[in-house]
Amino acid sequence: MKQRIVVGAHYGFRDWLGQRATAVLMALYTILLLAVLLVAQPSDYLGWYGVFSPAWMKVATLTFLACLFYHAWVGIRDIWMDYVKPTGVRLVLQVGTIVWLVACGMWALKIFLQ
Amino acid sequence: MSTTTAKAARPRPKHLDLSKIRLPLPGWVSIMHRVSGAGLFLAIPFLLWLLDMSLSTEIGFESLAAVLQLWWVKALLTGLVWAYMHHFCAGIRYLLLDMHKCVDLPAARTSAAVVYFVSIPLAALIAWRLFI
Repeated sequence: MKQRIVVGAHYGFRDWLGQRATAVLMALYTILLLAVLLVAQPSDYLGWYGVFSPAWMKVATLTFLACLFYHAWVGIRDIWMDYVKPTGVRLVLQVGTIVWLVACGMWALKIFLQ
Repeated sequence: MSTTTAKAARPRPKHLDLSKIRLPLPGWVSIMHRVSGAGLFLAIPFLLWLLDMSLSTEIGFESLAAVLQLWWVKALLTGLVWAYMHHFCAGIRYLLLDMHKCVDLPAARTSAAVVYFVSIPLAALIAWRLFI
């Protein structure tokens, strides 16, 4: 059986498409957030907290962050693939990147659901 | 051609002198898109911390307002605002290229210039609204 490289094959198209799809979703959220901030113009804690207190805004923001973490994963993985040739080193860096992003995801959940 | 297998493989020419390589404008947009993406990635925990502090308690919000007065924090956040704007605008240019729009060279150079003419003023405007 041919040796498969564990960190570099057979998931290109899915991630390429996912990176574009998450980009569009994040662009939409960015516009939404700018519009909300322009209307609300929060200047103190209550105003700022008020922007993110509605449930739909929390859901939208957490969805944005989920898209961000997947989008960032594909981008950073591309950087590792371009510049880090030794397989063992790249594996460590890729796993480290995933752990970093998952931990950030857990933190985001804590921020918006506490 | 029959002697190529007999010759030892010549090392491929390599030119990595960054001070001498002159990138065309679309090339700058592209490498800055990668650099801004990497910078934003590294800034994610910092930005999550800002969100956490500002949303959890009023005291957190107040102390954050004080931290945001520091000149180097403002500089850092302005850099991140620029990174986001550049990554956003260059990303839209990439989406257009993916849809085979502006693919020929003159259009690609124009769209690269547009990325700078849109992202830099937008970043300056947002930074100005945030910090001044």
